[in-house]
Amino acid sequence: MSVVLEVRDVVAGYSPTLPILNGVSLTVSAGEIVTILGPNGAGKSTLIKAIAGVVKITSGQASLLGENLVGLPTHEMVRTGLAYVPQTENVFAKLSVEENLEIGAFTNRHAYVRQRDHVFGLFADLARLRRLPAGKLSGGQRQMVAVGRALMADPKLLMLDEPSAGLSPKLAEVVFSQLRKICSAGITILIVEQNARAALRISDRGYILAEGQNRLDGDAGSLLDNPKVGELYLGAGSRLNK
Amino acid sequence: MMQFVVDGLINASLIALGAIGLSMTYNILRFANFAQGEILATGAYFALAVVVLIGAGAGALGPLAFGWPLLVAMVFAIVATSLVVLVVDWLLFRPLRSKNASRITLIMAAFGLSLIGRNVITLLVGGDPQYFSFYIPKAITVFGVKATPDEIAMFGITALAVFVLHLFLTRTTLGKSMRATAENPTLAQINGIDTRSVIRWTWIIGASLAAIAGTLQGHTIQLRPEMGFDLLLPMFAALIVGGGTSMYGVVAGALLIGLSEALAVGVGLSAYRLSIAFMVMLLVLLVRPQGLFGEKA
Repeated sequence: MSVVLEVRDVVAGYSPTLPILNGVSLTVSAGEIVTILGPNGAGKSTLIKAIAGVVKITSGQASLLGENLVGLPTHEMVRTGLAYVPQTENVFAKLSVEENLEIGAFTNRHAYVRQRDHVFGLFADLARLRRLPAGKLSGGQRQMVAVGRALMADPKLLMLDEPSAGLSPKLAEVVFSQLRKICSAGITILIVEQNARAALRISDRGYILAEGQNRLDGDAGSLLDNPKVGELYLGAGSRLNK
Repeated sequence: MMQFVVDGLINASLIALGAIGLSMTYNILRFANFAQGEILATGAYFALAVVVLIGAGAGALGPLAFGWPLLVAMVFAIVATSLVVLVVDWLLFRPLRSKNASRITLIMAAFGLSLIGRNVITLLVGGDPQYFSFYIPKAITVFGVKATPDEIAMFGITALAVFVLHLFLTRTTLGKSMRATAENPTLAQINGIDTRSVIRWTWIIGASLAAIAGTLQGHTIQLRPEMGFDLLLPMFAALIVGGGTSMYGVVAGALLIGLSEALAVGVGLSAYRLSIAFMVMLLVLLVRPQGLFGEKA
């Protein structure tokens, strides 16, 4: 399998004197869904923000399909094939659903109609709501706009920060099953999640961070069965896979 | 009797053109640009330079007191003012942005720029009022109110500028990029929008509208180094009463402020025109604290 994302010994943070990530490494191969897990403050969100160029990488390497990402301005990331869905404020609330999708396709204009219809196929609600401002939608619908917007550029790697945050378990289920569908359409996915169990169920592999460093990694199935993972989340003696 | 409406509309045109630029810097660069008045005055004096060179009265268009020279002057003022503003941004605001200067630092920088701008204009052209031409306007009567053809043209040019800007913001890639950046600059960058280019165009559009306002004010009234600064408070009032975030709010705010000022003059309280306009603003904000087109926080 070819490597899509390669991150090696990344140090990054909001202030150069106070790094949040202290040498994190990970690889994501084509066609995989990989989940980054870890307790609060482990640096999960910071890691994907660093990959997306929103947080500055002070040392280490990051590359997408062989192209270096370190030091690239945020607005050039889309061109390399990277799409990123932040956890909050991930839609333009005053712009219509369709305008949100158009903005997602600014770097991929010639394929706008095809990509839009693809997104409407994945999230049928959006076709009906296309003229409404995104800010008027429910949390689940907004999440669909955010993911749809990211897909408009036809990315190679889709990164999502807590896609199930604030959603009901049922809606979270829908989002996760759509991610599986997006992955089988050929887009590699990297997810950061608090909802470890649900995320690992749709993932191929997982990485567990703690205190800005790699703690554990492996197949999703083995992480679900690993008692150490349960301890990190639920306390001693617990397992995720129940 | 409805004369004040006409005067108010003319006044509102100038306020709206200036205040749209103010709202664009406020929403995209996120500070109150106190130098907006001097940008307007700079535009007016650039237009004057062209008018002096080629003569304002030449080739008057139909019933209008101005001809193509004023239109050429306006285009020159738009280009030259935009260039000046881009240079000023590069020298002053860009370094402050890259150091993540606070809003108050940016406002103070703009305030300083306003003082410098006004004094540089005074130094170069003197403090006396100047005129594009000494025409005597012949008013015509439309629906029982008197207006000069030039005033009607001025209102028409403003309406056209607002309409073109509306199309620009809703139909073009750059316009949508600007609305996206105004709402969430980081998310705009994540989507591949180069916010540095958006910032440049924000200055260009704001300066262009101000240059149009300056040229129109110079033509219908007079040019003074303080001409823009005197409009600054009404422009801010229009921005605030309109709700601060939408161009349509700014236009509505400008109409309200412009008409209130004209009404004050109409009832013989011309010395209090600005106070009355501000009282109207306060009344509107008491009823709708978020402004006419603002959203509830």
